[in-house]
Amino acid sequence: MRPIWLLLLIPYLALAWVPFYNKSMPVLFGFPFFYWYQLIWVPLTSLLTYIVYLKLRRNNRNDG
Amino acid sequence: MTAEMDYAALAVFLFCFGLVTVMGFAAARWRRPKTLAHLDEWGLGGRQFGTWITWFLIGGDIYTAYTMIAVPALVYAVGAYGFFAVPYTIILYPFVFAVMPVLWKVARDNNYVTAADIVHGKYGSRSLELAVALTGVVATMPYIALQLIGMETIIHALGLQGELPLIIAFLILAFYTYSSGLRAPALIAFVKDTMLYIVVLAAVALIPMKLGGYGAVFRAADAAFAAKGSGGTLLNPSQFLPYASLALGSTLALFMYPHALTGIFASATANTIRKNAILLPAYSVLLALVALMGFMGHAAGLKLTNSNDVVPALFKILFPGWFAGFALAAIGIGALVPAAIMSIGAANLFTRNFWKAYIDRGVTPAGEAKVAKITSLAVKAGALLVILYLPTQFALDLQLLGGLWILQTFPAVIFGLYTGWFRAPALLAGWATGFLGGTWLAWLNNFKPLHTLHLGDISITIYSGLLALAANILIASLVSAAIRAVPAGKSTATQD
Repeated sequence: MRPIWLLLLIPYLALAWVPFYNKSMPVLFGFPFFYWYQLIWVPLTSLLTYIVYLKLRRNNRNDG
Repeated sequence: MTAEMDYAALAVFLFCFGLVTVMGFAAARWRRPKTLAHLDEWGLGGRQFGTWITWFLIGGDIYTAYTMIAVPALVYAVGAYGFFAVPYTIILYPFVFAVMPVLWKVARDNNYVTAADIVHGKYGSRSLELAVALTGVVATMPYIALQLIGMETIIHALGLQGELPLIIAFLILAFYTYSSGLRAPALIAFVKDTMLYIVVLAAVALIPMKLGGYGAVFRAADAAFAAKGSGGTLLNPSQFLPYASLALGSTLALFMYPHALTGIFASATANTIRKNAILLPAYSVLLALVALMGFMGHAAGLKLTNSNDVVPALFKILFPGWFAGFALAAIGIGALVPAAIMSIGAANLFTRNFWKAYIDRGVTPAGEAKVAKITSLAVKAGALLVILYLPTQFALDLQLLGGLWILQTFPAVIFGLYTGWFRAPALLAGWATGFLGGTWLAWLNNFKPLHTLHLGDISITIYSGLLALAANILIASLVSAAIRAVPAGKSTATQD
């Protein structure tokens, strides 16, 4: 297994430790931290997955 | 909610519903195959869907009418805790990215249509195949019933009384699914999701403006929970583990459902699935915004006896009739797409893993398609009867159990993709342990999804499905180790 796959574990770690983000400060656009922190992990997770995707494509060009 | 007839809303709703009905029947001709009389064509749309169709199909499949109704309802009722659906649909996609292309490839190479096919192919065990197939069917039935509950909520919000409109809607759905197969929901999903994105974007932009901004929405919700004395816009510490474990358990369970796998198997390439794992999170943003409508309900001062009405009520109060009709139609059609895919998934299971396995081994592809079509009708009729004759709570409890049950097929379906170490009887024992043990835990907890473990002075509350899965994997490992330790026939035990 290539280490690049480990990137996919980051969202799990970021979201599993609930006490870390269960707070209202800092507020962003009226959203308590709890809400915008989780929302921000949507694009971040997409991005991480995309990075893994690019790397895999480069490594096996013949992959379907 | 007492609903008065709003003719503008009703007219827009009926127009959208009519459009979708025409599309459903026309779908048989879309990307036309030589014949629809083949299970690959009827049940998997010809295994040719590219990135965009798959995006709409899977999106339409997992973000259902019930999601759009129930997630905001839970947030309205209990606050932050109902938001667990958001981390759940975030961590879902890395899992899909890593695992589902592997599963897709096995299915493609061997012409498998269901998860139970994969299990049979790997282990050659009819009993394990049967366990996986049965679990798939029983877990899907209440899920379809939930779509009917979503539809019913919408129909009543429009001011239509009685069960007849619901029956008509589902008859129409049943017949175009019968004639067009997976092509119908795939085509309708385009309309449904386009409508839904318009509705949600309009709602999240306009509702807070009318209610004084997101800050005011959260403050109003806080005040409402404080007045009620329970819930809140943050979790209390006892909810941390339930929140995280429900998210993880739901993630592992979702793609074990037959309807989710149908979307995977219908993809043209493994790369289609990888790209979708990157693109599908767009729906998670949608889901988070929809969830916040639960708080908007408090800001708008709604006092509801049934929290399921929060989204329809918001639209009816804050928007003109025609737009409310459009929004309700989007959610209503959002019930049809997944209900169709779910009934197709269940029908594929019945056809491949009951009919072909036990009744007619030599069944032709055309015969398979015919059995599946009739089964899809029967499955929908069954779900309709559940809604008409059993209390709604029964469907909700069953759906919860369904999630726990389907999670128990995870080791049988997934482990074999990576290792040949597990043995069929062991996986079957693990499945039985998880299935029965999990059901028992749910029963102990009065059909709530959480179980509290007391370990000395510490007590931890966690999703019962994960506990059952842990027991399942433990038993599967122990029994596998035991079987492997005993030499088969006269040969000596192999070293591991």
